[in-house]
Amino acid sequence: MAKATIRILRYNPEGDAAAPAHQDFAIDVEPTDRVLDALNHIKWYVDGTLTFRRSCAHGICGSDAMRINGVNRLACKVLMRDVGSRVTVEPLMGFRVIKDLVVDMDAFFAQYRSVLPYLINDSRPPERERLQSPEDRERFDDTTKCILCAACTTSCPSYWANEEFVGPAAIVNAHRFIFDSRDSAPGERLEILNNREGVWRCRTIFNCSEACPREIKVTKAIGEVKRAILYRQST
Amino acid sequence: MTHTHTYDALVIGAGGAGLMAAIYLSRNPSMKTAVISKLYPTRSHTGAAQGGIGAALGNLEEDSPEWHAFDTVKGSDYLGDQDAIDVMCNEAVDVIIELEHMGLPFSRTPDGRIAQRPFGGHSHHFGQGPVRRSCYAADRTGHMILQTLYQNCIKNDVDFFNEFQVVDMLMEDRRCCGVVAYHVDSGDLHIFRSKAVLWATGGFGRVWSITSNAVAGTGDGAAITFRRGIPLEDMEFYQFHPTGIYKLGILITEGVRGEGGVLRNDNGERFMERYAPTMKDLASRDVVSRAIYQEMIEGRGIGGRRFVYLDATHLGAEVVEKKLPDITDFCRTYLGVDPVKQPIPIQPTAHYAMGGIPTDINGQVVLDENGTLLPGCYAAGEAACVSVHGANRLGTNSLLDLVVFGKRAGLAMAEYCATADIPELPSDPTGPIAAELERLLAQTTGEPAAKIREEMQNTMMDFVGVYREQAGIQKAVDKVRELQDRYRTLVIMDKGKRFNLDLLEAWELGNLLELAEVTAVSALARTESRGAHSREDFPDRDDANWLKHTFAYRREGGRIELRYKPVTITRFQPKERVY
Ligand SMILES: Cc1cc2nc3c(=O)[nH]c(=O)nc-3n(C[C@H](O)[C@H](O)[C@H](O)COP(=O)(O)OP(=O)(O)OC[C@H]3O[C@@H](n4cnc5c(N)ncnc54)[C@H](O)[C@@H]3O)c2cc1C
Ligand code: SF4
Ligand code: FES
Repeated sequence: MAKATIRILRYNPEGDAAAPAHQDFAIDVEPTDRVLDALNHIKWYVDGTLTFRRSCAHGICGSDAMRINGVNRLACKVLMRDVGSRVTVEPLMGFRVIKDLVVDMDAFFAQYRSVLPYLINDSRPPERERLQSPEDRERFDDTTKCILCAACTTSCPSYWANEEFVGPAAIVNAHRFIFDSRDSAPGERLEILNNREGVWRCRTIFNCSEACPREIKVTKAIGEVKRAILYRQST
Repeated sequence: MTHTHTYDALVIGAGGAGLMAAIYLSRNPSMKTAVISKLYPTRSHTGAAQGGIGAALGNLEEDSPEWHAFDTVKGSDYLGDQDAIDVMCNEAVDVIIELEHMGLPFSRTPDGRIAQRPFGGHSHHFGQGPVRRSCYAADRTGHMILQTLYQNCIKNDVDFFNEFQVVDMLMEDRRCCGVVAYHVDSGDLHIFRSKAVLWATGGFGRVWSITSNAVAGTGDGAAITFRRGIPLEDMEFYQFHPTGIYKLGILITEGVRGEGGVLRNDNGERFMERYAPTMKDLASRDVVSRAIYQEMIEGRGIGGRRFVYLDATHLGAEVVEKKLPDITDFCRTYLGVDPVKQPIPIQPTAHYAMGGIPTDINGQVVLDENGTLLPGCYAAGEAACVSVHGANRLGTNSLLDLVVFGKRAGLAMAEYCATADIPELPSDPTGPIAAELERLLAQTTGEPAAKIREEMQNTMMDFVGVYREQAGIQKAVDKVRELQDRYRTLVIMDKGKRFNLDLLEAWELGNLLELAEVTAVSALARTESRGAHSREDFPDRDDANWLKHTFAYRREGGRIELRYKPVTITRFQPKERVY
């Protein structure tokens, strides 16, 4: 056990304070504890009003993206030994804060839905599976990993500057279908992303790729979509 | 403030089972359907499933639904209902093809078909040796299923109420007529009135201290329906998966052993050869979990401690990193262990509820051991008990259960709703739950919910885990009842309306205590060992007395009554189980 101080940016929508404020919690932690374990400990035994989303606790549900020492991470995928004895935990930037570390994700999911994130193929399906070579499957493998945690979108300066920007996460999910050999509507999605609030807002800053807990090469995926749009326009 | 909504069909839960039902309901444009989920749909625990989904596609070698059915029956230790198992195994192939057509990005064989790998308990020719039956997408099969189903719900424009937690069920004239949900963001109660309700709320692994289940796995649906007079079936059968990460419980898929990984004890011995000469490390889960415990009890845990090694180091970086990328990442992140070079420390982890809300093969809820059906009420997925898993589930059969019976429930609900009328609501529909939530909030001194939860989890792990015996289980029953009393006086610190997860966690603890009690009481009564229920004091299976399903009922005054129902046996007569 070691002492650690967890500094949390708190906001209570029903409280007196109009603005969020930091609060420090001094607790005992194991070096192998996740930051999420530290937050749970505070919630369960010190201050039950502390509020954050969580579910799987091992980085696959996308519930607990937050800023940890200034960078977007999943609280369940960062160990205390990797962040030191003073940790600052704050909500994602760019979304409205509902309470403490909980932000409003509605706009994020609306942007996701706007890129037609589902397979479109109106031809009659064969009796068995549609065939797809391992190479064709590999083409979009990286972007199938997305867990919609929003770490990328909320680390993007272009998104902070303009919330109408569809954002990296939506582009990643468009990519997943644009490059799926079974899909027949990549053109429609490229059209959507060629829009004013689409891929061209991306300035290739790479924050998204660094933020992604699934290690998706987000900027690369966006680049591939940009090239596909240009290629389509030139032919 | 109370709000009222009216729908034809309501789906409670947005995991694989709920979403599959919603897709089928939404194919009928005149049917007004809503999905209510306490989490955003993509946060559901189906997304955690790693290894695969079983179906006798025969893409890589000969296979048949009949062999699959046999393995499932044998895996269930003959407690699974064989009519339901036949339905599942026969419909498996079509439903997998359907998922592929919906867009599910399965891994592929060199000729472009769905890839398959071996999995525990799955064999060819009725137990002759392992067969490649598990259809997979790397080690993210559940993630891909959840994503694909959610995507198809978006395509079909399904209505979602996300971060709405269902807290009560409405009944009138022995008919289900809707639910009450707590809107997490506002703290308001919403009445949902409907012709049909599907419970697809998942499992309750959070009853135990070491578990592969998410924080949300609190068995809400099973507990709510139980309080409303619906029985719970076969609750003593809870699966401990052999390979959870030591201390954390995070699952390491059986796919590791499917790809050739082996278990080793402190002597470096591949001990499964002694316990299961044919299937070895791929014997069914109850067998492997017991073997690991046995090794630990006999002092051959690593360094004498409570874990053994899962060794994948001989598979090579290519196989480990390409076919098992996520578990490689988990090991590196949480253990600082590189599975390409080092063995993984593992221990059995509470994983899967074979028991649950009893249903028929169309997902309709059964009210008693005579099979009386409850109109308008359905259940599917881990919350339900059809029963295809009996006393022990085979890997890959849960995801299959979700999609096969989720689909069947959706179809049955659509048919029912086409002719049913909108039921009347009981008077004061929100009264009972509003009073309970107010009671929880009113307490100003007492212990925190977390303390009670921790004691329950440790007790259940110690006494109602992989091995059980009379005195231990009795201790657990007594302890859980004591904790239920203490639950009445716990204190919630957050008194607000907005996003009060402190309140909801406490309410969920009430559900866990309810289910822990039913589990322990059912386990105490069953004086035999079958599948996952292993009694040290009754080590043998006893078909003469115990080839039957347990039905537990909450009676007046809180007493639990146990009744029993015969198993449906068609083709496969009970035999001794050898792997
Ligand atoms: C780590 C792990 C790996 C696994 N791997 C495999 C595998 O490889 N193959 C296999 O076949 N099986 C596997 N399983 C088992 C299988 O994944 C689960 O049994 C299955 O996904 C459960 O699905 P479900 O739809 O029943 O519930 P879940 O996916 O758990 O979804 C439950 C839903 O109910 C909602 N909910 C719960 N309570 C409420 C409430 N009160 N109000 C409103 N909504 C509520 C939740 O928000 C959620 O949407 C695995 C399980 C785990 C834990
Ligand atoms: S791309 Fe990565 S960071 Fe962005 S939402 Fe998906 S998983 Fe999260
Ligand atoms: S809790 Fe699921 S990603 Fe962290």
